[in-house]
Amino acid sequence: MITGLLDNLDTLLLIAFGTGALAGGVLMLVLRHPMQVAIALISTMVLLGGIYGLLGVHFIAAFQVLIYVGAVMVFMVYVIMLLDARDPSFKRRFSGMLAPGLAFGLVFLELLAIGVWYGAPSSSSPAGRAGFGLQQFAEAFLNEYWLHFELTSVLLLAAAVATLAVIKGARKRNG
Amino acid sequence: MDRVHLLVALSAALFALGLIGVIIRRNLLIMLMCMELMLNGVILSLVTFAEQTGVAAGAVLVFLVFVVAAAEIAIAIPIVLLLVRQKRTLDADAFSDLKG
Repeated sequence: MITGLLDNLDTLLLIAFGTGALAGGVLMLVLRHPMQVAIALISTMVLLGGIYGLLGVHFIAAFQVLIYVGAVMVFMVYVIMLLDARDPSFKRRFSGMLAPGLAFGLVFLELLAIGVWYGAPSSSSPAGRAGFGLQQFAEAFLNEYWLHFELTSVLLLAAAVATLAVIKGARKRNG
Repeated sequence: MDRVHLLVALSAALFALGLIGVIIRRNLLIMLMCMELMLNGVILSLVTFAEQTGVAAGAVLVFLVFVVAAAEIAIAIPIVLLLVRQKRTLDADAFSDLKG
């Protein structure tokens, strides 16, 4: 009985986190100031981290909070503070593409929903669920995919060099 | 509607919301953040499928997507800063110089 109760609690928390993440995503579309949008995005990311924790992949939840919220979004918040001018884009939130963008987005969402409804595999039998822990992840990561990881470090290096090149080029043009 | 359907539907909804945000919002930084939301939707579906099938490769892919997101932000933010220095605004409509 207790496992059934815990299972229900799991589902309840999953639905609550999912609803919260969705609400954060909707808020991102309607809020005015970039800082408010950033807060909405951060809450969405933290709630997604909660979902990953509920799914049992705790290390991805930790990555989500550490890398996304801790690094990417902190960087973003710094830039928002750096650029906080009286910007005309704060007064008029939406571009001229509001109606076609919304129509396209809703059609796209509907197509995705149809695809999910008919295409996604079902996990109706709980025994079919095959979670994995940090050990399997680490073995796959360091045995099979180490080369890919090294390649991403090359990507990061390229991004850093490109950043420097962009800034240097602009400085040279401005004299 | 079971759990996998719910989570994949949530990831599709997040992706679509991010796409709508990139199209309809005017502020460059908000457009960037909406792109992050799209990446988050993709990561959610990756984690869901990886957890359901028990294949650790999905989690490895999630890790690589994190790195790509970090690189994307690292290169996008300086470009936004330079654009703002040029036009003194974050408004995406101000950068329509190539429009015929």
